[in-house]
Amino acid sequence: MAAVLPLAAGAADTEAVVVPEQDDAVASAVMPEDDAAEQSDDVDVYGIIFGHIGDSYEWHITDIGGRKISIPLPVIVRSSTGWHCFLSSRLEDGTGYEGLHISSSDRFDGKIVELDADGNEIRPFDISITRNVLALMISSILLVALILSCSRWYRRHDALSEAPRGVAALLEPVIAMINDDVIKDTIGPGYARFAPYLLTVFFFILINNLMGIVPFFPGGANVTGNITVTFVLAFITFMIVNLTTNRHYWKDIFWPDVPLWLKPIMIVLEIFGVFTKPFSLMIRLFANIMAGHCLILCVVSIIFIAAKIGIAIGTSMTIISVVFGIFMDCLELLVAFIQAYVFTMLSAVFIGLSRERPETGKS
Amino acid sequence: MLLSTLLLQALAGASIGKLGAAIGAGLAAIGAGIGIGKIGQSAMEGIARQPEAAGNIRTSMLIVAALIEGVALFAVIVCMLILFVK
Repeated sequence: MAAVLPLAAGAADTEAVVVPEQDDAVASAVMPEDDAAEQSDDVDVYGIIFGHIGDSYEWHITDIGGRKISIPLPVIVRSSTGWHCFLSSRLEDGTGYEGLHISSSDRFDGKIVELDADGNEIRPFDISITRNVLALMISSILLVALILSCSRWYRRHDALSEAPRGVAALLEPVIAMINDDVIKDTIGPGYARFAPYLLTVFFFILINNLMGIVPFFPGGANVTGNITVTFVLAFITFMIVNLTTNRHYWKDIFWPDVPLWLKPIMIVLEIFGVFTKPFSLMIRLFANIMAGHCLILCVVSIIFIAAKIGIAIGTSMTIISVVFGIFMDCLELLVAFIQAYVFTMLSAVFIGLSRERPETGKS
Repeated sequence: MLLSTLLLQALAGASIGKLGAAIGAGLAAIGAGIGIGKIGQSAMEGIARQPEAAGNIRTSMLIVAALIEGVALFAVIVCMLILFVK
């Protein structure tokens, strides 16, 4: 009984129950790593992972000799005293500037806040160029440059008489695969109206996923692993599905063709289904990419944690961690492509479902 | 006596939530493993019966595996919310 109690207490938070003295040895024997880590300056794994997944007002590149090297990004804020526009380097280390400071409270951790008359923190209207915004801009510029240089080849050459070269040769099989296998087959006639959106969404998600895996600037920002970005993509799909549909879609939802005693259940289910399908699109992409980034960061953090423990375990864990990290990165490449493909395919399927005609052939 | 003392300790430490989140994430992993394992099994059998269809089968297998993984990650998101939202 005495051996069980320290385990339960040791697993609890530090403000919890007092552990009896003779069981301290048991507790510290069971979890030596935690004690050692807490005493030295431990590797802040939580900070590393959530610093990468979250957003910030500067782009942190690296630490050289204890000094932080980062790119300060513009802060554009409309607080109670009007518009403010300055570089985020003025807000370093919690200092305030023009009444604004970066909060470290639980509710607004990491966000710019101002203090109102009662001393409470409130968030002003914030349209700063944060790291995610800058990464979105960079990947959008990259995407536009790729696609425009691809289309430039087609404008200058006759596609039927010669094979494409350069970027067009890279992108043509991918675009053809998405267009023919995914879009044309699932939507059927009239697919050309939706093909621009679906192809854009595929390449947008693919390029943002790939840029997230690149560890150095300008990659390395977690764009598609941010639920607001995936929410917008799923919302656009939701809008397109529900605004370009025909009457039969709504009839199938509100008065489905089932026996009368099933109709109440089916109507509720169908209305739920209208919202859960884009919701699952959003969560699937967000969770896959965020989980992949978390895993890779954990694997790399193991190197630093093990190095603090000792040299023998540090070396062996480094080798294992590097090998495992390479494997995880290759898996992330696959996941990047698969998630873009699945998002596009499911959006095409939903659009196709909303354009179905009944078997009688009326439109 | 043992049970009530243990319960008192656990309630005072309030780590039941974290324990639940950890077990939930593990169960989600088991669910994803079983589901994707079944897909892999039927994909292997399909390819063994008809090697010419290997390309189509492989594509379908990857797509269905991605969908199932999405469901497992719903559960992981819920567990992470429990662990990390103050």
